[in-house]
Amino acid sequence: MVRPVFLVQPGAAPLSSFSPNPQRIDALKGAYADAIAARRNRMILGILVFALVIVTSGWMAEVNLAKLAARIGNFTSYIERLAFLDNGAFVLTDIREWYWGITHWMRLLIETLMIAYVGTIVGAVLGFALCFPAARNLTRSALEMAVVRRFLEFCRTVPEIVFALIFVVAFGLGPLPGVLAIAIHTTGALGKLFSEVVENIDMKPVDGIVASGGNRVQVIRFAVVPQVLSNFFSYTLLRFEINVRGAAIMGFVGAGGIGQDLLESVRKFYYSDVSAILILLIVTVFVIDMATERARHALIGREAH
Amino acid sequence: MLAIEGLTRRFGAKAAVSNVTLEIEPGAFVGVIGRSGAGKSTLLRLINRLVDPSEGRIVCDGVDVTALSGQALRHWRADCAMIFQQFNLVGRLDVLTNVLTGRLAKVSTTRSVLRLWSDEDKARGLAALDMLDMASFAAQRADSLSGGQQQRVAIARALVQEPKILLADEPIASLDPRNTKVVMDALQRINKELGITILCNLHSLDLARAYCDRLVGMADGRVVFQGRGFDLTDDVARELYGLEAGDVMEDAHGVGAETRMAASA
Ligand SMILES: Nc1ncnc2c1ncn2[C@@H]1O[C@H](COP(=O)(O)OP(=O)(O)O)[C@@H](O)[C@H]1O
Ligand SMILES: [Mg+2]
Repeated sequence: MVRPVFLVQPGAAPLSSFSPNPQRIDALKGAYADAIAARRNRMILGILVFALVIVTSGWMAEVNLAKLAARIGNFTSYIERLAFLDNGAFVLTDIREWYWGITHWMRLLIETLMIAYVGTIVGAVLGFALCFPAARNLTRSALEMAVVRRFLEFCRTVPEIVFALIFVVAFGLGPLPGVLAIAIHTTGALGKLFSEVVENIDMKPVDGIVASGGNRVQVIRFAVVPQVLSNFFSYTLLRFEINVRGAAIMGFVGAGGIGQDLLESVRKFYYSDVSAILILLIVTVFVIDMATERARHALIGREAH
Repeated sequence: MLAIEGLTRRFGAKAAVSNVTLEIEPGAFVGVIGRSGAGKSTLLRLINRLVDPSEGRIVCDGVDVTALSGQALRHWRADCAMIFQQFNLVGRLDVLTNVLTGRLAKVSTTRSVLRLWSDEDKARGLAALDMLDMASFAAQRADSLSGGQQQRVAIARALVQEPKILLADEPIASLDPRNTKVVMDALQRINKELGITILCNLHSLDLARAYCDRLVGMADGRVVFQGRGFDLTDDVARELYGLEAGDVMEDAHGVGAETRMAASA
């Protein structure tokens, strides 16, 4: 049967003769104003709570603004002293003297990068292995999922520097404890991020592989990994960036890298050494940030095709 | 012979499939019809064991399929290949690799994970693609293909499983009329030339009548009709489809889409 299509119900007034009912409009206006007022009140309440929390936590942590103001001069004068060599000359006037320890520092800087690199790779491999049992959509048993998730939580909750301290006691000074500490923390952080990527995959290919008789490993290999690999790479690169910063302070507890020299220079008031090492670190981190960012964009760009 | 005995599957309180008993003879092309929500997909997923039954059994050639697990279950799944409305290919893998995933139950995990397919399997995959006129796309990524092409790849994947039964869940619901014909004709060839039993969910009564030897009508999880296409009277169809009856039947009665459009113009 064919029915005619009416844009406007037959009998309804055409739009041109639209005449509002004043009472009804007033009622609608009132309801709108109430809704806006309620939203505004909630916002004001939110701001008050926020301010209260800041004041309370400042008070509890003994943040003393007067003290900060009185001693800020110490800080600026420290920064100033970083710019001068022991003989009183401005650092840029004698770069060779400023960077007298460059070969030693470069060696330590490379060691720092290697700690970050190896730690990231080991952590990424372990995180990869653990992300599948931790993903809600692939899990075989609730117990397995819970155990893996708690383990990953433990790995990323304990700060790296704490792990490093423990491993220095166990394995002695040097880069090994640093690598282990970073690897464990990275396992926890990447395992969690990877499992979230896995939870967001399209499950249709999974059904397709299961239905043709694939086992769990084959399902992961063919239906899951192709969907997540570029994201995994991207997160790993991001983690490497973070780990370079983490590795730079591993030396504070004797776990290898340039951190130990930095800490010593600070303690012994070798001002120009502190600035030399800091600038080396800043430049390195900057270069690595740019390089990994480019790599990640290239990955995303390739995905678009 | 595939025998389904008192099969029930509940999701919470709702029975998606309710006490279904069916016998599917080897070599048949059986159409499962019914409105959406009738339980057609769940029935097929139960047979393939993508979903486990709440009650009842599925027996194939004397083997209780519902009791299988592990390697035996995976071999059963390979034996009853499944194709889906949304094709369920892995978009980022190439076409031939997608087809070769149909061999997974028969190759070792290590070899498959490293994608060390045997020459024999590759030949099998290319032959299946060739049969569906898709061999020239073997190296392309699956997500670069049109819907009709993807469904043909999915059928090739099903074929390399060397299945006894092919379960097709609304294989043409996402396709245009031309691809609908290509895909349905391919299923018909597989049924007639290779002798593979086909159980195909279809929304359109018209297509079901044209391609299937036998129809099974489902409503509310139950089988409410079994018979040949011409046994399905308008009254039964109306009972099966309710308000949707008009959509699925008019074409079958010669009141084609063109006629209706002309009438409304
Ligand atoms: N995984 C599931 N969880 C909950 N309910 C489901 C699930 N799968 C199917 N159902 C329900 O079972 C009923 C039958 O669904 P389905 O088998 O998909 O029907 P059809 O394929 O005939 O459209 C529907 O009411 C649907 O909502
Ligand atoms: Mg369905």
